[in-house]
Amino acid sequence: MIDGAVITLSRTQFALTALYHFLFVPLTLGLSMILVIMESVYVMTGREIWKSMTRFWGVLFGINFAMGVATGITMEFQFGTNWAYYSHYVGDIFGAPLALEGLMAFFLEATFVGLFFFGWERLSKVAHLAVTAMVALGSSLSALWILIANAWMQYPVGAQFNPQTMRMELVSFTQVLLNPVAQAKFVHTVAAGYVVGSVFVLAVSAWYLLRGRNVDIARRSMAVAASFGLACALSVVVLGDESGYVAGENQRMKIAAIEAEWHTEPPPASFTVFGFPDVQTHRTHAAIRVPWLLGLIATRSIDQPVPGIVELVARARERIVSGIEAYAALRTLQQDPDDGNARARFAAHEADLGHALLLLRFVEDPTQATPRQIEQAAWSTVPNVPVLFWCFRVMVGLGVFFILLFATAFYLASRHRFFENRWFLRIAFLSLPLPWIAAELGWIVAEYGRQPWAIDGVLPTFLAASPVPASSVWLSLAGFVVFYSALAAVDVYLLVRTIRRGPDGFGFWPITSAPAGAAH
Amino acid sequence: MPDYETLRLIWWLLLGTLLIGFAIMDGFDLGVGATFRFLGRTDEERRALLESVEPVWEGNQVWLILGGGAVFAAWPLLYAASFSGLYLAMFALLAALILRPVGFTWRNQLADPRWRSVWDVALMLGGAVPALLCGVAFGNLFLGLPFHFDELRRPVFTGGFFGLLHPFALLAGVVSLAMLVMHGTAYASLKVGEPMSQRAAALGRWAAVVFAIAFVAAGAWVAGIPGHHIVSGADPLGPSNPLHKHVGLVPGGWLLHYHVHPLLWLAPLGALAGAALCFVALRARRPGSAFLASCLAVAATILTAGVALFPFFLPSSTQPDHGLTVWDASSSARVLLIMLVAVVILLPVVLAYTAWVFSVLRGKITLESIRRHAGY
Repeated sequence: MIDGAVITLSRTQFALTALYHFLFVPLTLGLSMILVIMESVYVMTGREIWKSMTRFWGVLFGINFAMGVATGITMEFQFGTNWAYYSHYVGDIFGAPLALEGLMAFFLEATFVGLFFFGWERLSKVAHLAVTAMVALGSSLSALWILIANAWMQYPVGAQFNPQTMRMELVSFTQVLLNPVAQAKFVHTVAAGYVVGSVFVLAVSAWYLLRGRNVDIARRSMAVAASFGLACALSVVVLGDESGYVAGENQRMKIAAIEAEWHTEPPPASFTVFGFPDVQTHRTHAAIRVPWLLGLIATRSIDQPVPGIVELVARARERIVSGIEAYAALRTLQQDPDDGNARARFAAHEADLGHALLLLRFVEDPTQATPRQIEQAAWSTVPNVPVLFWCFRVMVGLGVFFILLFATAFYLASRHRFFENRWFLRIAFLSLPLPWIAAELGWIVAEYGRQPWAIDGVLPTFLAASPVPASSVWLSLAGFVVFYSALAAVDVYLLVRTIRRGPDGFGFWPITSAPAGAAH
Repeated sequence: MPDYETLRLIWWLLLGTLLIGFAIMDGFDLGVGATFRFLGRTDEERRALLESVEPVWEGNQVWLILGGGAVFAAWPLLYAASFSGLYLAMFALLAALILRPVGFTWRNQLADPRWRSVWDVALMLGGAVPALLCGVAFGNLFLGLPFHFDELRRPVFTGGFFGLLHPFALLAGVVSLAMLVMHGTAYASLKVGEPMSQRAAALGRWAAVVFAIAFVAAGAWVAGIPGHHIVSGADPLGPSNPLHKHVGLVPGGWLLHYHVHPLLWLAPLGALAGAALCFVALRARRPGSAFLASCLAVAATILTAGVALFPFFLPSSTQPDHGLTVWDASSSARVLLIMLVAVVILLPVVLAYTAWVFSVLRGKITLESIRRHAGY
């Protein structure tokens, strides 16, 4: 049947390569925008220092961009290599946004990025700024298409199962494009990327100021990062993608798990700031609760309930029972596609077919499932509550910290008082790794919280994997760990080296006529 | 609105177009990557060769990314079966492709010759391995891959990595590698100054000869192996279900279309003519004409293989009835139409700005220009 080892290995590989890829993507998103801002100031004011800033941060952008591209190809390939059944089952819907990402976004980004580096002497000021803007636009558009695809996994709208092709097929492309979850995710993720870029610029600039090096460039860079970062950090938190969680049933399960809300509370539900969720007893120990807050965040109302885990499991149980009907009817239809009875029965229950597939983990034939197996399958819809609970809280805590950090930087920048506040510069420098932690935790909440589904309510993850030998996946996974670790080490080494060398070392600022050799 | 059969045919053509786009655009930078360490003997010479492709290779590679995305969107069954079936080969390809962006960006960050040698080797692997593997994969299509579908329609493979290294597939790999070396050296000869241009032209002539010989040998070999053809049960207008048809095997069957429509012989003749013209133009030191000729050879080679396999994408060697064809592996008609509209609107835009970028970067990269370089 289904080889458990292959599923675990494929999930591990996908999670690791996706988290790794997302170390580089948000910095690309954020730095490309910051480059546009800096170069715009250069074009508008004509002051050479802003060009030097663009070029220096551009070198760091380039080192990081290469890693983003390199690790991105892996993501596109892996759906086919490791998730073949997924690719067949939902490729009719999921493939289009990925192809459009290539056509509309990645082409733009990748075609113009070369000119960013090689076009300084060949293009006019305005034309070069346009090139930089195309790179930034391409990376943000790229995020849009990927998040449309990802949102469909969380909330699969506009599609229907076709018994003849045995897969989901597109019914409404407009619904897929205008998926409310996609909109919430896009704003949240892109703004988070801008925060990563801003903290990066802020932290590196703080390091220069602490050492009294590259002061002119660092002060200006810090001002850009502070204002851009403040706006983006506010967007990330206020427009957090929790707002999208009310849309689908699994999304509701995700929010119940994040909040460790075991039972439905009378609305508006309270928000648990702190506590220890206990999976065995369905209680949260030592909980500190803020009345009303969860109801307001999740439903944007005071009269709608936020359903609890136990109630959602009961709902899943009903859907599994209904799904068994659909599964049985589908079996009949495979033998005789013209059986009118089976067609009617399938049509009545097809929305729950995915829930019947959950049973395949416990029984060979879902139509023979015992009540105990149905109960098991219903409880399998609950993701890992303590992990989601804590990841979410750390992420939100970091988000609030970034707002304070940027607000302080903004205040100091507007008063020209960075030098008197070495404590602030130290905090700013030490904050460097934090936005990456927040971004990775965000993906863990979103995707680990989607389990047990690959596609919410449609296709369980354990069924989606490719039936390849476990030994092959061991080999590819081990290869990734070794290869990616080596690349990460070189990447960090080059970034650190470039930062140490600084705009002065490159001859960008103060401008020297003969820049030192190696850095062509 | 075009009917399902027409849409499927259009998407077969579009996939061919994307593949040719990939081979022509990314092909030349793969070819330069595979050979630059031989063509350039000093670090300056190598930097000039790399710089001839460095600003554009990234955009070129999107043709491959887009090709992958288009297979996913338009031919999901093909995407699922081929990527999982060629599992380890795919990861070898991936590893080679990952070396390229980091190699290009990182090589010149440090002046240490050992550091640069390491990334030179990485870039060579990044150029040669994909060129070779793409050919090996194409060769395996003619042999068929050992797979069938289970009751849930999951592709099940019964072969391993080394099964892919059949002598015929390796020969196809040689065709592909020689073709892209010819293409890349023609480009380098056009784009860089002396003495690299001269060396590129010399190597390109050799590559053209190897390509032509391997291409003819592969063609003769194909005439002897069994070709798949649909006996009954295919429905070009019906839903995509690869389990309903019956497939027969005929010795030399892959050449059937050529016997029925003799005009199609123009495709393989075009490939050979392209190689011959490229050879002649390189000898006459006309690199621009040589590059156009190698473009012809590349496009005609892919066309030759595509025509031979039609309507098959991925024949099955163990369960021929389950082989994937144009008629039973596509997305729904709705998705094919939406994606067609997107391609018709967006691809010309892509071509327009790509052309602009190339025009900004026109001109030869000489050793003088490398020495003048101000850095990033």
